[in-house]
Amino acid sequence: MPLTASVIDDLKKVAGRDNVITAPNDLRIFERDGSIEGAVPDAIALPSNTEQVAAVIKIAARHNIPIVPRGAGTGLSGGAVTIRGGIALQMTRMRRILEIDPVGQTALVEPGVVNQELSLAAAPHHLFYAPDPSSQKACTIGGNAAENSGGPHCLYYGVTTNHVLGMEVVLADGSVHWVSGDAADRIGLDLCGVLVGSEGTLCAITKIKVRLLRIPPSIATLLAAFPSIDTASQAVSAVIGRGIVPAALEMMDKVTVGAVEAHYHAGYPTDAGAVLLVEVDGVADSTRELMAAIRDVLSENQGYAMREAQTPAERDLLWAGRKGAIGALGRIKPNYYLHDGVVPRSKLPQVLSAVGEIGVHYKLPVANVFHAGDGNLHPNILFDLRDREVLQQVEEAGEEMLHAVVELGGALSGEHGIGLEKSAYMPWIFSPDDLEVMSRVKSALDPTGLLNPGKIFPDPERKKLPLAGRTGFAVEAKWW
Amino acid sequence: MKPFERLSDDDLATCVHCGLCLDACPTFRVTGLETESPRGRIYLMTQWKREQLPFNEEQVKHIDLCLGCRTCEAVCPSGVPYGRIIEAGRAEVERLRRPNAKRRIAKAALRQLVARPRRLRAFGAVTRVAQATRATSAMRSGRQLPPLHAPFEVPAGRLAPAIGPRKHRVAFLVGCVMPILYPQSHYAAVKLLQLASCDVWFPEGERCCGALHAHNGDLDEAERLRDENMRMYASGEFDALVVDSAGCGSHLKDFYPGLQGRVKDLSEWLAEVGLPEPKREVKMRVTYQDACHLAHAQRIKKQPRDLIRAVPGVELVEMRHPDICCGAAGLYSTLEPQMSARILAEKLDDLAATRAEMVVTANPGCQMQLASGLRQRGSHIAVEHISELLVRAFL
Repeated sequence: MPLTASVIDDLKKVAGRDNVITAPNDLRIFERDGSIEGAVPDAIALPSNTEQVAAVIKIAARHNIPIVPRGAGTGLSGGAVTIRGGIALQMTRMRRILEIDPVGQTALVEPGVVNQELSLAAAPHHLFYAPDPSSQKACTIGGNAAENSGGPHCLYYGVTTNHVLGMEVVLADGSVHWVSGDAADRIGLDLCGVLVGSEGTLCAITKIKVRLLRIPPSIATLLAAFPSIDTASQAVSAVIGRGIVPAALEMMDKVTVGAVEAHYHAGYPTDAGAVLLVEVDGVADSTRELMAAIRDVLSENQGYAMREAQTPAERDLLWAGRKGAIGALGRIKPNYYLHDGVVPRSKLPQVLSAVGEIGVHYKLPVANVFHAGDGNLHPNILFDLRDREVLQQVEEAGEEMLHAVVELGGALSGEHGIGLEKSAYMPWIFSPDDLEVMSRVKSALDPTGLLNPGKIFPDPERKKLPLAGRTGFAVEAKWW
Repeated sequence: MKPFERLSDDDLATCVHCGLCLDACPTFRVTGLETESPRGRIYLMTQWKREQLPFNEEQVKHIDLCLGCRTCEAVCPSGVPYGRIIEAGRAEVERLRRPNAKRRIAKAALRQLVARPRRLRAFGAVTRVAQATRATSAMRSGRQLPPLHAPFEVPAGRLAPAIGPRKHRVAFLVGCVMPILYPQSHYAAVKLLQLASCDVWFPEGERCCGALHAHNGDLDEAERLRDENMRMYASGEFDALVVDSAGCGSHLKDFYPGLQGRVKDLSEWLAEVGLPEPKREVKMRVTYQDACHLAHAQRIKKQPRDLIRAVPGVELVEMRHPDICCGAAGLYSTLEPQMSARILAEKLDDLAATRAEMVVTANPGCQMQLASGLRQRGSHIAVEHISELLVRAFL
């Protein structure tokens, strides 16, 4: 519902005339994030500080207007899509690094700070910020905290919540709070733990205090080819089964490698059935030893053409290829649809063969690129949004793949969040009682349901629209 | 043909909306707005082309504010041909928009002045006089200009012979504004080519390459200039057409299929054929600003750095984000002065933090923008074209 002139005036008074966008055609440019579903917001507000965030939320609360916090819009589960309209709270102007404490090894940042910028700023102190989503060149720390994002190196270092020490947040009534603080052990009720990963449904995040780590003195990165996805997954299980936890352990299948190599020319073997990218870090002696052990396990499992990065530049290139992989899939088909289900690592070979069969059944190409060490799948179903006929199959195939994950004892998401795309599947893994507890937490913090409505929690009132009716782009989706 | 008809829908559909380009875009970094990002601009142009969103005068500013630096294109894993898209988008905008005085003057100046070497030289001479009387400092664009000297003179016989054995014959692009604004950069470039065993040929009747026209939505004039220049290039033999202005080099590579593979940026060519042993040390702390149309459009980042490092005595220090645009972008600094100044301010901070004595780049627009920004701040950091720094080792 369009906002009234007086609400728009109020927003402009608190955020500044130029920092509120209401031109209908411009709003359409904000309808999507990194996923394919879309809905047009009624306004965009770009706050510059906590006070403005609080003031905008108070206005929204007064008029019962939904609020959806948004970072760079690189999310992959539709978390930033304004499906009930309302105000998108765009945090990208709050991008100051407020403090880096090299002794305490912490940083205090605003939510719009780009993930990689923090590591760049910390580098002169020989420190880095560990969680490294593949979109780290563009995604924001605020978005990472809201989604509890992962990344290749989270296998060893843990996901975002393991690195957030405390946050300043604004609740649905516009009140400002600090949760937790400096210590890794969060004293009292761990509210920070509840809010990290709440996907914008419980609060807007305005400051984040994070842990920084020493840059390891020695890093070794190995690329290994395998005849098939199956053999590569066996190798992953074998490495982990041997008690080795590398810093990162990533897999890409043949389709993905072809697309990646076309842009990055990183030297990935395009004839292999699958490749693994393995990294270990620590002191030089231990990385050498670990890497030797890993090489042995990989060769026992049909690994070949193994190549270690000889220079930091070579390593960066290998990682650039892996981290740009999902974008590179655009070289094959213009759109992807994926659920980032996660399975116990021992089930990797089984789930990947199920994924392959589903792709064949629906006659849809599937590209696999994922955090193998975590058992965290990213089966990208490739299609062309311009071909509306195929969308039904795309959605069904995605659902079946996720179902296969759950059947094998897995979970709905490893790192992308539930958002919009997976909320309907929540009852697959949570009982009504489980969901009831969650919704009580939600009601306690956001009694009127103002913050990011329609996300995470299954909503029985939501219309069951076919995917073709939800993809934005000239489709005026009617979600309710 | 309408400009958008030259653009295939597949070019637009290649954008998967992943957002990896966002923080590579200087205008997104400053505004934080999807509408001022490559992804947003592609989304807008796609909807325009597919007629899903009506053309809207208010939204033209998003296209106007694009620098055309093509950083997004270099970081896009999906291979979206952004340069091609924005050129068509600008041309379409120029076809549909309400008349705009500033842009009309720009278009006329590009057609009537920049595309005509004799008039341009006369204009340069007048400007020199105006500078002597300080009349130019009354205008913003006048204050941006470097102090003008006698323009670049083509050597007798239109040939500068190789120094030592002759191994290659190259054509050299003199271009439009470069010989007037930065003749010393050209002289240094030619000297380096001679030292690298090249006969340097200056084709007669060469016109502006048309880069500025294409980047500002005048594809018709760009095509006319190309056709004229191609006739002239066909009249001689050469191994490579060497270009010391990144914007021109990128345009020649993209827009002149007839020159396929023979257009070389100066540093690309020098890295390929090699320079002789340097004669002397150049004690200096230097930082390198990537010219967007070299780093992103031509993907050349390594060669200039290798050449700079090979100069004995030079210490090359990298600034933060050396490959982010300085805000010059051809006519952008004149047409969009506010955004240009915001982008430049960040660049100048990054420059100052390096404590370098000199910033080196590879394009006249960047030279002018950096120098004028540094002058305004009262900074002593010198600005040189890469050719000027390199040639110091041989003087």
